[in-house]
Amino acid sequence: MKRSIGSSRFAPYLFTLPFIVSFLAFYLYPLISTVFMSFQEIIPGKSHFIGLLNYKRLMNPIMYTAIWNSFRYTVLTIAVLIPLPILFAVLLNSPGNPASSVFRGALFIPTLISVVVAGTIIRLLFAGGPAAIVNSVLLPFGVKPKDWLVGNSQQAMFLLVLMATWRWTGVNIIYFLSGLQNIPRDLYEAASIDGASAWYKLFRVTLPLLKPTIIFVTTISVFGGFAMFEESYILWSGNSGGGSPNNVGLTMVGYIYMKGFQGGAMGLGSAIGLILLLIVLVVSIGQLNLFGFFKKEER
Amino acid sequence: MKSLHASTLRTQVILAVFFTLLCLGFLFPIYALVLASFRPGRDLIRFGITAKTLLPRGLTLDFWLNLFTTRNGIYLVWFRNSIILVVLQTSLSLFFSSLVGYGLGVYEFKGKNLILILMLLVMMVPIQILILPLYNLVNAFKSMNTFRGIIFPFVVSPFAIFFFRQYVIGIPTDFLDAGRIDGLSEGGIYLRIMAPLMAPAFGAMAILGALQAWNNFLWPLIVMRTGNMFTLPVGLAGLLTPYGNNYDMLISGAVMATLPIIIIFFFFQRYFIAGLTTGGIKG
Repeated sequence: MKRSIGSSRFAPYLFTLPFIVSFLAFYLYPLISTVFMSFQEIIPGKSHFIGLLNYKRLMNPIMYTAIWNSFRYTVLTIAVLIPLPILFAVLLNSPGNPASSVFRGALFIPTLISVVVAGTIIRLLFAGGPAAIVNSVLLPFGVKPKDWLVGNSQQAMFLLVLMATWRWTGVNIIYFLSGLQNIPRDLYEAASIDGASAWYKLFRVTLPLLKPTIIFVTTISVFGGFAMFEESYILWSGNSGGGSPNNVGLTMVGYIYMKGFQGGAMGLGSAIGLILLLIVLVVSIGQLNLFGFFKKEER
Repeated sequence: MKSLHASTLRTQVILAVFFTLLCLGFLFPIYALVLASFRPGRDLIRFGITAKTLLPRGLTLDFWLNLFTTRNGIYLVWFRNSIILVVLQTSLSLFFSSLVGYGLGVYEFKGKNLILILMLLVMMVPIQILILPLYNLVNAFKSMNTFRGIIFPFVVSPFAIFFFRQYVIGIPTDFLDAGRIDGLSEGGIYLRIMAPLMAPAFGAMAILGALQAWNNFLWPLIVMRTGNMFTLPVGLAGLLTPYGNNYDMLISGAVMATLPIIIIFFFFQRYFIAGLTTGGIKG
Protein backbone atom coordinates (compact mmCIF):
# COMPACT_ATOMS: atom_id res chain seq x y z
CA MET A 1 0.00 0.00 0.00
CA LYS A 2 2.64 2.45 1.10
CA ARG A 3 4.72 1.99 -2.00
CA SER A 4 1.83 2.65 -4.35
CA ILE A 5 0.87 5.80 -2.47
CA GLY A 6 4.46 6.95 -2.79
CA SER A 7 4.53 6.37 -6.53
CA SER A 8 1.13 7.97 -6.96
CA ARG A 9 2.64 11.25 -5.76
CA PHE A 10 4.62 11.58 -8.97
CA ALA A 11 2.24 9.69 -11.22
CA PRO A 12 -0.08 12.63 -11.98
CA TYR A 13 2.84 14.71 -13.22
CA LEU A 14 4.09 11.91 -15.43
CA PHE A 15 0.63 11.42 -16.89
CA THR A 16 0.16 15.12 -17.64
CA LEU A 17 3.74 15.65 -18.82
CA PRO A 18 2.85 15.38 -22.54
CA PHE A 19 0.51 18.34 -22.22
CA ILE A 20 3.01 20.42 -20.27
CA VAL A 21 5.76 19.79 -22.82
CA SER A 22 3.52 20.46 -25.79
CA PHE A 23 2.10 23.57 -24.11
CA LEU A 24 5.57 25.03 -23.60
CA ALA A 25 7.00 24.03 -26.99
CA PHE A 26 4.09 24.45 -29.37
CA TYR A 27 2.00 27.09 -27.68
CA LEU A 28 3.74 29.34 -25.19
CA TYR A 29 7.01 29.59 -27.07
CA PRO A 30 5.35 30.30 -30.45
CA LEU A 31 3.03 32.85 -28.85
CA ILE A 32 5.96 34.74 -27.28
CA SER A 33 7.93 34.40 -30.46
CA THR A 34 5.13 35.82 -32.58
CA VAL A 35 4.77 38.79 -30.21
CA PHE A 36 8.49 39.52 -30.64
CA MET A 37 8.31 39.06 -34.39
CA SER A 38 5.45 41.53 -34.64
CA PHE A 39 7.85 44.29 -33.49
CA GLN A 40 10.56 43.23 -35.91
CA GLU A 41 11.51 43.40 -39.53
CA ILE A 42 12.31 39.73 -40.22
CA ILE A 43 15.15 39.34 -42.67
CA PRO A 44 17.08 36.08 -42.39
CA GLY A 45 20.31 36.78 -40.51
CA LYS A 46 19.65 40.43 -39.73
CA SER A 47 16.24 40.86 -38.14
CA HIS A 48 15.88 44.05 -36.16
CA PHE A 49 13.35 45.82 -34.00
CA ILE A 50 11.21 48.42 -35.69
CA GLY A 51 8.85 49.23 -32.84
CA LEU A 52 5.23 49.62 -33.86
CA LEU A 53 5.94 50.05 -37.55
CA ASN A 54 4.30 46.72 -38.50
CA TYR A 55 1.13 47.76 -36.71
CA LYS A 56 1.20 51.16 -38.42
CA ARG A 57 1.63 49.45 -41.78
CA LEU A 58 -1.54 47.51 -41.08
CA MET A 59 -3.65 50.64 -41.14
CA ASN A 60 -4.33 50.03 -44.81
CA PRO A 61 -7.45 49.30 -46.88
CA ILE A 62 -6.52 45.65 -47.48
CA MET A 63 -6.34 44.97 -43.74
CA TYR A 64 -9.69 46.70 -43.29
CA THR A 65 -11.17 44.52 -46.03
CA ALA A 66 -9.79 41.41 -44.35
CA ILE A 67 -11.21 42.39 -40.95
CA TRP A 68 -14.56 43.33 -42.49
CA ASN A 69 -14.79 40.03 -44.39
CA SER A 70 -13.91 37.92 -41.34
CA PHE A 71 -16.36 39.87 -39.23
CA ARG A 72 -19.22 39.62 -41.74
CA TYR A 73 -18.57 35.93 -42.24
CA THR A 74 -18.67 35.28 -38.50
CA VAL A 75 -21.88 37.24 -37.95
CA LEU A 76 -23.66 35.76 -40.96
CA THR A 77 -22.69 32.16 -40.22
CA ILE A 78 -23.93 32.56 -36.65
CA ALA A 79 -27.15 34.18 -37.88
CA VAL A 80 -27.81 31.14 -40.08
CA LEU A 81 -26.16 28.28 -38.21
CA ILE A 82 -27.91 28.77 -34.88
CA PRO A 83 -31.63 29.25 -35.74
CA LEU A 84 -31.80 26.76 -38.63
CA PRO A 85 -30.18 23.82 -36.81
CA ILE A 86 -32.32 24.55 -33.72
CA LEU A 87 -35.45 24.39 -35.87
CA PHE A 88 -34.33 21.18 -37.56
CA ALA A 89 -33.30 19.61 -34.26
CA VAL A 90 -36.65 20.45 -32.65
CA LEU A 91 -38.49 18.91 -35.61
CA LEU A 92 -36.23 15.85 -35.62
CA ASN A 93 -36.77 15.45 -31.91
CA SER A 94 -40.57 15.67 -32.10
CA PRO A 95 -42.06 12.33 -31.13
CA GLY A 96 -43.97 11.93 -34.38
CA ASN A 97 -40.97 12.15 -36.68
CA PRO A 98 -40.39 8.92 -38.59
CA ALA A 99 -36.84 7.87 -39.52
CA SER A 100 -35.29 10.84 -37.74
CA SER A 101 -31.93 9.08 -37.32
CA VAL A 102 -31.72 8.53 -41.07
CA PHE A 103 -32.36 12.24 -41.70
CA ARG A 104 -29.87 13.21 -39.01
CA GLY A 105 -27.23 11.00 -40.64
CA ALA A 106 -27.89 12.34 -44.13
CA LEU A 107 -27.63 15.97 -42.99
CA PHE A 108 -24.34 15.14 -41.27
CA ILE A 109 -22.65 13.73 -44.37
CA PRO A 110 -21.47 17.09 -45.83
CA THR A 111 -19.49 17.58 -42.59
CA LEU A 112 -17.32 14.60 -43.50
CA ILE A 113 -16.16 16.12 -46.75
CA SER A 114 -12.80 17.85 -46.96
CA VAL A 115 -12.90 21.61 -47.45
CA VAL A 116 -10.93 21.07 -50.66
CA VAL A 117 -13.60 18.79 -52.11
CA ALA A 118 -16.46 20.96 -50.85
CA GLY A 119 -14.90 24.08 -52.39
CA THR A 120 -14.36 22.27 -55.68
CA ILE A 121 -18.05 21.35 -55.80
CA ILE A 122 -19.11 24.94 -55.11
CA ARG A 123 -16.77 26.18 -57.85
CA LEU A 124 -18.33 23.77 -60.33
CA LEU A 125 -21.96 24.41 -59.35
CA PHE A 126 -21.48 28.18 -59.35
CA ALA A 127 -19.28 28.32 -62.43
CA GLY A 128 -19.69 31.36 -64.65
CA GLY A 129 -21.42 31.07 -68.00
CA PRO A 130 -25.06 30.39 -68.81
CA ALA A 131 -24.81 26.58 -68.92
CA ALA A 132 -23.58 26.08 -65.34
CA ILE A 133 -26.32 24.56 -63.23
CA VAL A 134 -27.02 27.40 -60.80
CA ASN A 135 -27.08 30.01 -63.55
CA SER A 136 -29.29 27.85 -65.75
CA VAL A 137 -31.76 27.18 -62.93
CA LEU A 138 -31.96 30.87 -62.09
CA LEU A 139 -32.36 31.97 -65.71
CA PRO A 140 -36.13 31.29 -65.97
CA PHE A 141 -36.60 33.47 -62.88
CA GLY A 142 -35.13 36.41 -64.73
CA VAL A 143 -31.70 36.27 -63.08
CA LYS A 144 -28.99 36.95 -65.62
CA PRO A 145 -26.06 34.48 -65.62
CA LYS A 146 -23.48 35.64 -63.10
CA ASP A 147 -19.78 35.16 -62.75
CA TRP A 148 -20.30 34.11 -59.15
CA LEU A 149 -16.67 33.80 -58.10
CA VAL A 150 -15.26 36.88 -59.72
CA GLY A 151 -18.25 39.09 -59.03
CA ASN A 152 -18.66 41.49 -56.16
CA SER A 153 -18.00 41.07 -52.49
CA GLN A 154 -21.66 40.25 -51.62
CA GLN A 155 -21.59 37.29 -54.00
CA ALA A 156 -18.30 36.10 -52.53
CA MET A 157 -19.72 36.29 -49.02
CA PHE A 158 -22.89 34.51 -50.16
CA LEU A 159 -20.85 31.58 -51.49
CA LEU A 160 -18.77 31.35 -48.31
CA VAL A 161 -21.81 31.40 -46.02
CA LEU A 162 -23.67 28.94 -48.24
CA MET A 163 -20.73 26.56 -48.07
CA ALA A 164 -20.56 26.90 -44.29
CA THR A 165 -24.30 26.27 -44.01
CA TRP A 166 -24.05 23.18 -46.16
CA ARG A 167 -21.10 21.80 -44.21
CA TRP A 168 -21.95 22.68 -40.62
CA THR A 169 -25.75 22.42 -40.29
CA GLY A 170 -25.44 18.69 -39.55
CA VAL A 171 -22.93 19.15 -36.72
CA ASN A 172 -24.95 21.88 -35.06
CA ILE A 173 -28.06 19.71 -35.30
CA ILE A 174 -26.18 17.04 -33.33
CA TYR A 175 -25.24 19.58 -30.65
CA PHE A 176 -28.79 20.90 -30.35
CA LEU A 177 -30.33 17.42 -30.40
CA SER A 178 -28.12 16.42 -27.52
CA GLY A 179 -29.16 19.61 -25.70
CA LEU A 180 -32.83 18.85 -26.37
CA GLN A 181 -32.52 15.33 -25.05
CA ASN A 182 -31.45 16.74 -21.69
CA ILE A 183 -34.72 18.64 -21.31
CA PRO A 184 -37.07 16.61 -19.09
CA ARG A 185 -40.25 15.48 -20.89
CA ASP A 186 -42.30 16.34 -17.79
CA LEU A 187 -41.84 20.04 -18.51
CA TYR A 188 -43.60 19.68 -21.84
CA GLU A 189 -46.34 17.55 -20.31
CA ALA A 190 -46.87 20.11 -17.58
CA ALA A 191 -47.04 22.87 -20.19
CA SER A 192 -49.54 20.84 -22.22
CA ILE A 193 -51.78 20.33 -19.20
CA ASP A 194 -51.70 24.10 -18.69
CA GLY A 195 -52.91 24.39 -22.27
CA ALA A 196 -49.70 25.93 -23.65
CA SER A 197 -49.40 26.27 -27.42
CA ALA A 198 -46.51 24.79 -29.41
CA TRP A 199 -45.02 28.27 -29.82
CA TYR A 200 -45.26 28.96 -26.12
CA LYS A 201 -43.42 25.69 -25.44
CA LEU A 202 -40.72 26.56 -27.96
CA PHE A 203 -40.05 30.02 -26.58
CA ARG A 204 -40.69 29.43 -22.89
CA VAL A 205 -39.40 25.89 -22.40
CA THR A 206 -37.14 24.76 -25.23
CA LEU A 207 -35.08 27.87 -25.98
CA PRO A 208 -34.34 28.87 -22.37
CA LEU A 209 -33.24 25.33 -21.55
CA LEU A 210 -31.12 25.16 -24.71
CA LYS A 211 -29.21 28.25 -23.63
CA PRO A 212 -26.01 26.43 -22.56
CA THR A 213 -25.87 24.70 -25.96
CA ILE A 214 -26.57 27.97 -27.76
CA ILE A 215 -23.72 29.64 -25.85
CA PHE A 216 -21.39 26.75 -26.69
CA VAL A 217 -22.24 26.74 -30.40
CA THR A 218 -21.99 30.54 -30.61
CA THR A 219 -18.57 30.46 -28.96
CA ILE A 220 -17.10 27.85 -31.28
CA SER A 221 -18.67 29.71 -34.22
CA VAL A 222 -16.93 32.94 -33.22
CA PHE A 223 -13.59 31.15 -33.14
CA GLY A 224 -14.25 29.23 -36.33
CA GLY A 225 -15.60 32.28 -38.14
CA PHE A 226 -12.71 34.62 -37.42
CA ALA A 227 -10.18 31.86 -38.13
CA MET A 228 -11.70 31.02 -41.52
CA PHE A 229 -9.21 30.81 -44.36
CA GLU A 230 -9.25 27.43 -46.08
CA GLU A 231 -12.68 27.96 -47.63
CA SER A 232 -11.65 31.15 -49.33
CA TYR A 233 -8.27 29.70 -50.29
CA ILE A 234 -10.01 26.89 -52.15
CA LEU A 235 -12.68 29.03 -53.81
CA TRP A 236 -10.13 31.47 -55.18
CA SER A 237 -6.78 29.72 -55.35
CA GLY A 238 -5.49 29.21 -58.84
CA ASN A 239 -6.94 32.51 -60.00
CA SER A 240 -4.49 34.96 -61.48
CA GLY A 241 -2.56 36.59 -58.69
CA GLY A 242 -3.20 33.63 -56.39
CA GLY A 243 -6.08 35.26 -54.54
CA SER A 244 -9.59 36.53 -54.96
CA PRO A 245 -10.12 39.47 -57.35
CA ASN A 246 -10.19 42.75 -55.38
CA ASN A 247 -9.74 40.63 -52.25
CA VAL A 248 -13.48 39.85 -52.17
CA GLY A 249 -12.70 36.63 -50.28
CA LEU A 250 -9.72 37.80 -48.22
CA THR A 251 -9.95 36.98 -44.52
CA MET A 252 -7.60 37.87 -41.67
CA VAL A 253 -5.92 34.46 -41.68
CA GLY A 254 -5.73 34.76 -45.46
CA TYR A 255 -3.87 38.03 -44.97
CA ILE A 256 -1.43 36.34 -42.55
CA TYR A 257 -0.82 33.68 -45.19
CA MET A 258 -0.45 36.25 -47.94
CA LYS A 259 2.01 38.46 -46.04
CA GLY A 260 3.82 35.85 -43.94
CA PHE A 261 4.27 33.00 -46.39
CA GLN A 262 3.74 34.39 -49.85
CA GLY A 263 5.29 37.78 -49.12
CA GLY A 264 7.94 36.60 -46.64
CA ALA A 265 6.99 39.37 -44.18
CA MET A 266 6.86 37.31 -40.98
CA GLY A 267 6.83 40.38 -38.73
CA LEU A 268 3.84 41.91 -40.46
CA GLY A 269 2.09 38.52 -40.52
CA SER A 270 2.64 38.17 -36.77
CA ALA A 271 1.12 41.59 -36.17
CA ILE A 272 -1.99 40.57 -38.15
CA GLY A 273 -2.23 37.41 -36.05
CA LEU A 274 -2.08 39.30 -32.78
CA ILE A 275 -4.73 41.76 -33.90
CA LEU A 276 -6.88 38.79 -34.86
CA LEU A 277 -6.30 37.23 -31.44
CA LEU A 278 -7.34 40.47 -29.74
CA ILE A 279 -10.51 40.73 -31.83
CA VAL A 280 -11.50 37.11 -31.19
CA LEU A 281 -10.99 37.44 -27.44
CA VAL A 282 -12.92 40.72 -27.24
CA VAL A 283 -15.80 39.41 -29.35
CA SER A 284 -16.09 36.10 -27.52
CA ILE A 285 -15.92 37.69 -24.08
CA GLY A 286 -18.48 40.29 -25.21
CA GLN A 287 -20.70 37.54 -26.51
CA LEU A 288 -20.47 35.51 -23.31
CA ASN A 289 -21.23 38.64 -21.33
CA LEU A 290 -24.27 39.30 -23.50
CA PHE A 291 -25.58 35.84 -22.65
CA GLY A 292 -25.01 36.56 -18.95
CA PHE A 293 -22.42 33.80 -18.77
CA PHE A 294 -20.37 35.61 -16.14
CA LYS A 295 -23.33 36.48 -13.93
CA LYS A 296 -24.08 34.24 -10.99
CA GLU A 297 -27.17 32.14 -11.54
CA GLU A 298 -29.99 34.14 -10.00
CA ARG A 299 -32.96 32.36 -8.62
CA MET B 1 -59.47 10.30 -30.52
CA LYS B 2 -59.78 9.54 -34.17
CA SER B 3 -59.13 13.15 -35.20
CA LEU B 4 -56.05 13.28 -32.98
CA HIS B 5 -54.72 10.24 -34.80
CA ALA B 6 -55.36 11.80 -38.17
CA SER B 7 -53.57 14.97 -37.16
CA THR B 8 -50.44 13.17 -35.92
CA LEU B 9 -50.41 11.14 -39.13
CA ARG B 10 -50.62 14.34 -41.13
CA THR B 11 -47.79 15.89 -39.10
CA GLN B 12 -45.71 12.80 -39.70
CA VAL B 13 -46.25 12.96 -43.44
CA ILE B 14 -45.42 16.66 -43.55
CA LEU B 15 -42.25 16.12 -41.49
CA ALA B 16 -41.19 13.15 -43.61
CA VAL B 17 -41.67 15.09 -46.85
CA PHE B 18 -39.91 18.17 -45.47
CA PHE B 19 -36.85 16.27 -44.26
CA THR B 20 -36.67 14.12 -47.37
CA LEU B 21 -36.47 17.26 -49.52
CA LEU B 22 -33.98 18.87 -47.14
CA CYS B 23 -31.72 15.81 -47.20
CA LEU B 24 -31.93 15.62 -50.99
CA GLY B 25 -30.81 19.25 -51.10
CA PHE B 26 -27.89 18.53 -48.79
CA LEU B 27 -26.83 15.45 -50.73
CA PHE B 28 -27.33 16.94 -54.20
CA PRO B 29 -23.82 18.51 -54.41
CA ILE B 30 -22.28 15.11 -53.70
CA TYR B 31 -24.42 13.46 -56.37
CA ALA B 32 -23.34 16.20 -58.79
CA LEU B 33 -19.66 15.62 -58.03
CA VAL B 34 -19.95 11.85 -58.44
CA LEU B 35 -21.53 12.24 -61.87
CA ALA B 36 -18.98 14.90 -62.81
CA SER B 37 -16.20 12.42 -62.04
CA PHE B 38 -17.28 10.42 -65.09
CA ARG B 39 -17.02 13.45 -67.40
CA PRO B 40 -14.10 15.04 -69.22
CA GLY B 41 -12.32 17.68 -67.16
CA ARG B 42 -12.03 20.10 -70.05
CA ASP B 43 -15.83 20.42 -70.21
CA LEU B 44 -16.08 20.95 -66.45
CA ILE B 45 -13.41 23.61 -66.49
CA ARG B 46 -15.21 25.49 -69.29
CA PHE B 47 -18.86 25.10 -68.34
CA GLY B 48 -18.87 23.90 -64.72
CA ILE B 49 -21.49 21.34 -63.74
CA THR B 50 -24.38 21.72 -66.18
CA ALA B 51 -27.82 20.14 -66.46
CA LYS B 52 -26.28 17.65 -68.88
CA THR B 53 -23.66 16.62 -66.33
CA LEU B 54 -26.42 15.57 -63.96
CA LEU B 55 -28.03 13.03 -66.27
CA PRO B 56 -26.51 9.59 -65.87
CA ARG B 57 -25.81 9.23 -69.58
CA GLY B 58 -22.62 9.15 -71.65
CA LEU B 59 -20.44 8.37 -68.66
CA THR B 60 -16.87 7.18 -68.99
CA LEU B 61 -14.59 5.42 -66.54
CA ASP B 62 -11.47 6.90 -68.17
CA PHE B 63 -10.82 9.52 -65.53
CA TRP B 64 -11.10 7.04 -62.72
CA LEU B 65 -8.60 4.78 -64.45
CA ASN B 66 -6.34 7.79 -65.02
CA LEU B 67 -6.04 8.17 -61.25
CA PHE B 68 -3.73 5.18 -61.26
CA THR B 69 -1.57 6.25 -64.18
CA THR B 70 -1.45 10.07 -64.48
CA ARG B 71 1.96 11.51 -63.54
CA ASN B 72 3.27 8.03 -62.65
CA GLY B 73 0.44 7.38 -60.20
CA ILE B 74 1.10 10.44 -58.03
CA TYR B 75 -2.50 10.21 -56.78
CA LEU B 76 -1.74 6.86 -55.18
CA VAL B 77 1.26 8.42 -53.47
CA TRP B 78 -0.98 11.15 -52.01
CA PHE B 79 -3.47 8.52 -50.93
CA ARG B 80 -0.73 6.53 -49.22
CA ASN B 81 0.59 9.67 -47.52
CA SER B 82 -2.88 10.48 -46.20
CA ILE B 83 -3.20 6.99 -44.76
CA ILE B 84 0.24 7.24 -43.12
CA LEU B 85 -0.71 10.61 -41.63
CA VAL B 86 -4.04 9.33 -40.31
CA VAL B 87 -2.50 6.27 -38.68
CA LEU B 88 0.47 8.07 -37.11
CA GLN B 89 -1.36 11.20 -36.02
CA THR B 90 -4.41 9.40 -34.64
CA SER B 91 -2.49 6.76 -32.69
CA LEU B 92 0.05 9.19 -31.22
CA SER B 93 -2.62 11.72 -30.35
CA LEU B 94 -4.81 9.10 -28.69
CA PHE B 95 -1.88 7.80 -26.70
CA PHE B 96 -0.75 11.17 -25.33
CA SER B 97 -4.17 12.76 -24.93
CA SER B 98 -5.60 9.75 -23.11
CA LEU B 99 -2.66 9.74 -20.67
CA VAL B 100 -3.19 13.40 -19.83
CA GLY B 101 -6.98 13.09 -19.66
CA TYR B 102 -6.62 10.08 -17.40
CA GLY B 103 -4.14 11.88 -15.14
CA LEU B 104 -6.50 14.84 -14.81
CA GLY B 105 -9.49 12.57 -14.24
CA VAL B 106 -8.28 10.25 -11.47
CA TYR B 107 -5.74 12.25 -9.44
CA GLU B 108 -5.94 15.21 -7.11
CA PHE B 109 -2.63 17.04 -7.18
CA LYS B 110 -1.00 20.42 -6.85
CA GLY B 111 -1.14 22.34 -10.10
CA LYS B 112 -4.10 20.44 -11.52
CA ASN B 113 -6.27 23.54 -11.77
CA LEU B 114 -3.44 25.43 -13.42
CA ILE B 115 -3.23 22.73 -16.10
CA LEU B 116 -6.99 22.88 -16.66
CA ILE B 117 -6.81 26.67 -17.03
CA LEU B 118 -3.88 26.41 -19.46
CA MET B 119 -5.89 23.94 -21.53
CA LEU B 120 -8.76 26.39 -21.77
CA LEU B 121 -6.30 29.09 -22.82
CA VAL B 122 -4.94 26.85 -25.57
CA MET B 123 -8.45 26.31 -26.85
CA MET B 124 -9.07 30.07 -26.82
CA VAL B 125 -6.26 30.90 -29.21
CA PRO B 126 -7.06 30.09 -32.83
CA ILE B 127 -4.20 27.90 -34.00
CA GLN B 128 -4.09 29.83 -37.27
CA ILE B 129 -2.39 32.79 -35.60
CA LEU B 130 0.53 30.58 -34.58
CA ILE B 131 1.29 29.20 -38.04
CA LEU B 132 4.19 31.61 -38.63
CA PRO B 133 6.15 30.86 -35.41
CA LEU B 134 5.29 27.16 -35.71
CA TYR B 135 6.65 27.22 -39.24
CA ASN B 136 9.90 28.69 -37.91
CA LEU B 137 10.02 26.05 -35.20
CA VAL B 138 9.45 23.15 -37.59
CA ASN B 139 12.03 24.67 -39.90
CA ALA B 140 14.58 24.98 -37.09
CA PHE B 141 14.14 21.29 -36.29
CA LYS B 142 14.67 20.41 -39.97
CA SER B 143 11.20 18.92 -40.08
CA MET B 144 9.80 20.65 -43.14
CA ASN B 145 8.38 18.22 -45.67
CA THR B 146 8.10 15.43 -43.07
CA PHE B 147 5.23 13.73 -41.27
CA ARG B 148 6.70 14.60 -37.88
CA GLY B 149 6.54 18.28 -38.90
CA ILE B 150 2.78 17.93 -39.39
CA ILE B 151 2.11 15.75 -36.39
CA PHE B 152 4.17 16.98 -33.46
CA PRO B 153 2.82 20.51 -32.97
CA PHE B 154 -0.72 19.14 -32.63
CA VAL B 155 -0.17 15.69 -31.13
CA VAL B 156 -1.59 16.65 -27.73
CA SER B 157 -5.16 17.78 -28.29
CA PRO B 158 -6.90 19.70 -25.48
CA PHE B 159 -10.26 18.70 -26.94
CA ALA B 160 -9.40 14.99 -26.72
CA ILE B 161 -7.91 15.46 -23.24
CA PHE B 162 -11.17 16.95 -21.99
CA PHE B 163 -13.11 14.13 -23.57
CA PHE B 164 -10.98 11.44 -21.94
CA ARG B 165 -11.10 13.28 -18.63
CA GLN B 166 -14.90 13.46 -18.68
CA TYR B 167 -15.05 9.78 -19.49
CA VAL B 168 -12.61 8.75 -16.76
CA ILE B 169 -14.48 10.76 -14.14
CA GLY B 170 -17.52 8.60 -14.91
CA ILE B 171 -15.68 5.35 -14.11
CA PRO B 172 -16.22 4.18 -10.49
CA THR B 173 -13.09 4.55 -8.33
CA ASP B 174 -13.57 0.97 -7.04
CA PHE B 175 -11.61 -0.20 -10.07
CA LEU B 176 -8.64 1.95 -9.06
CA ASP B 177 -8.73 0.78 -5.46
CA ALA B 178 -8.91 -2.84 -6.55
CA GLY B 179 -5.80 -2.32 -8.67
CA ARG B 180 -3.93 -0.70 -5.80
CA ILE B 181 -4.84 -3.53 -3.43
CA ASP B 182 -3.52 -5.98 -6.02
CA GLY B 183 -0.23 -4.09 -5.86
CA LEU B 184 -0.26 -2.75 -9.39
CA SER B 185 1.81 0.33 -10.11
CA GLU B 186 0.02 3.50 -11.23
CA GLY B 187 1.10 2.85 -14.80
CA GLY B 188 -0.07 -0.74 -14.47
CA ILE B 189 -3.49 0.40 -13.27
CA TYR B 190 -3.80 2.62 -16.31
CA LEU B 191 -2.69 -0.03 -18.79
CA ARG B 192 -4.32 -3.15 -17.33
CA ILE B 193 -7.50 -1.81 -15.76
CA MET B 194 -8.45 1.68 -16.87
CA ALA B 195 -7.43 1.83 -20.52
CA PRO B 196 -9.64 -1.17 -21.41
CA LEU B 197 -12.54 0.48 -19.56
CA MET B 198 -11.95 3.61 -21.65
CA ALA B 199 -12.39 1.71 -24.92
CA PRO B 200 -15.56 3.56 -26.00
CA ALA B 201 -13.80 6.89 -25.44
CA PHE B 202 -10.86 5.66 -27.52
CA GLY B 203 -13.32 4.63 -30.24
CA ALA B 204 -15.03 7.99 -30.39
CA MET B 205 -11.78 9.98 -30.36
CA ALA B 206 -10.16 7.65 -32.92
CA ILE B 207 -12.97 8.24 -35.38
CA LEU B 208 -13.04 12.01 -34.95
CA GLY B 209 -9.23 12.24 -34.90
CA ALA B 210 -8.91 10.17 -38.05
CA LEU B 211 -11.49 12.33 -39.84
CA GLN B 212 -9.65 15.45 -38.77
CA ALA B 213 -6.27 14.07 -39.90
CA TRP B 214 -7.65 12.86 -43.22
CA ASN B 215 -9.15 16.27 -44.02
CA ASN B 216 -6.40 18.37 -42.40
CA PHE B 217 -5.44 21.00 -44.94
CA LEU B 218 -3.82 24.25 -43.82
CA TRP B 219 -0.91 22.85 -41.81
CA PRO B 220 0.06 20.08 -44.29
CA LEU B 221 -0.19 22.72 -47.04
CA ILE B 222 2.50 24.70 -45.23
CA VAL B 223 4.72 21.80 -44.13
CA MET B 224 4.70 19.54 -47.19
CA ARG B 225 6.82 21.07 -49.93
CA THR B 226 7.23 18.45 -52.65
CA GLY B 227 4.59 16.57 -54.64
CA ASN B 228 5.67 13.16 -53.39
CA MET B 229 4.97 14.21 -49.78
CA PHE B 230 1.56 15.84 -50.38
CA THR B 231 -1.51 14.45 -48.66
CA LEU B 232 -4.78 14.18 -50.59
CA PRO B 233 -6.21 17.62 -49.70
CA VAL B 234 -2.92 19.36 -50.50
CA GLY B 235 -2.43 17.48 -53.76
CA LEU B 236 -6.02 18.02 -54.88
CA ALA B 237 -5.92 21.72 -54.01
CA GLY B 238 -2.87 22.06 -56.24
CA LEU B 239 -4.95 20.84 -59.19
CA LEU B 240 -7.38 23.74 -58.86
CA THR B 241 -5.86 25.87 -61.57
CA PRO B 242 -7.88 27.50 -64.32
CA TYR B 243 -5.73 26.04 -67.09
CA GLY B 244 -4.61 22.62 -68.25
CA ASN B 245 -6.44 19.33 -67.94
CA ASN B 246 -5.96 18.85 -64.20
CA TYR B 247 -9.70 18.55 -63.63
CA ASP B 248 -9.68 15.00 -65.04
CA MET B 249 -7.73 13.97 -61.98
CA LEU B 250 -9.22 16.50 -59.57
CA ILE B 251 -12.84 15.39 -59.75
CA SER B 252 -12.44 11.61 -59.66
CA GLY B 253 -9.68 12.10 -57.11
CA ALA B 254 -11.99 14.20 -54.93
CA VAL B 255 -14.68 11.51 -54.99
CA MET B 256 -12.10 8.82 -54.25
CA ALA B 257 -10.83 10.86 -51.29
CA THR B 258 -14.34 11.20 -49.88
CA LEU B 259 -15.62 7.64 -50.29
CA PRO B 260 -13.64 6.06 -47.42
CA ILE B 261 -14.94 8.53 -44.84
CA ILE B 262 -18.55 8.17 -45.92
CA ILE B 263 -18.26 4.38 -45.77
CA ILE B 264 -16.68 4.56 -42.30
CA PHE B 265 -19.43 6.94 -41.21
CA PHE B 266 -22.11 4.42 -42.15
CA PHE B 267 -20.56 1.82 -39.87
CA PHE B 268 -19.52 4.01 -36.96
CA GLN B 269 -22.15 6.75 -36.91
CA ARG B 270 -22.71 6.23 -33.19
CA TYR B 271 -19.05 6.98 -32.40
CA PHE B 272 -19.04 10.16 -34.47
CA ILE B 273 -22.00 11.47 -32.54
CA ALA B 274 -20.67 10.31 -29.18
CA GLY B 275 -17.38 12.07 -29.87
CA LEU B 276 -19.18 15.33 -30.56
CA THR B 277 -21.41 15.13 -27.51
CA THR B 278 -19.13 14.42 -24.57
CA GLY B 279 -20.28 11.77 -22.18
CA GLY B 280 -22.92 10.39 -24.47
CA ILE B 281 -21.38 6.98 -25.05
CA LYS B 282 -22.88 3.84 -23.71
CA GLY B 283 -20.62 0.80 -23.79
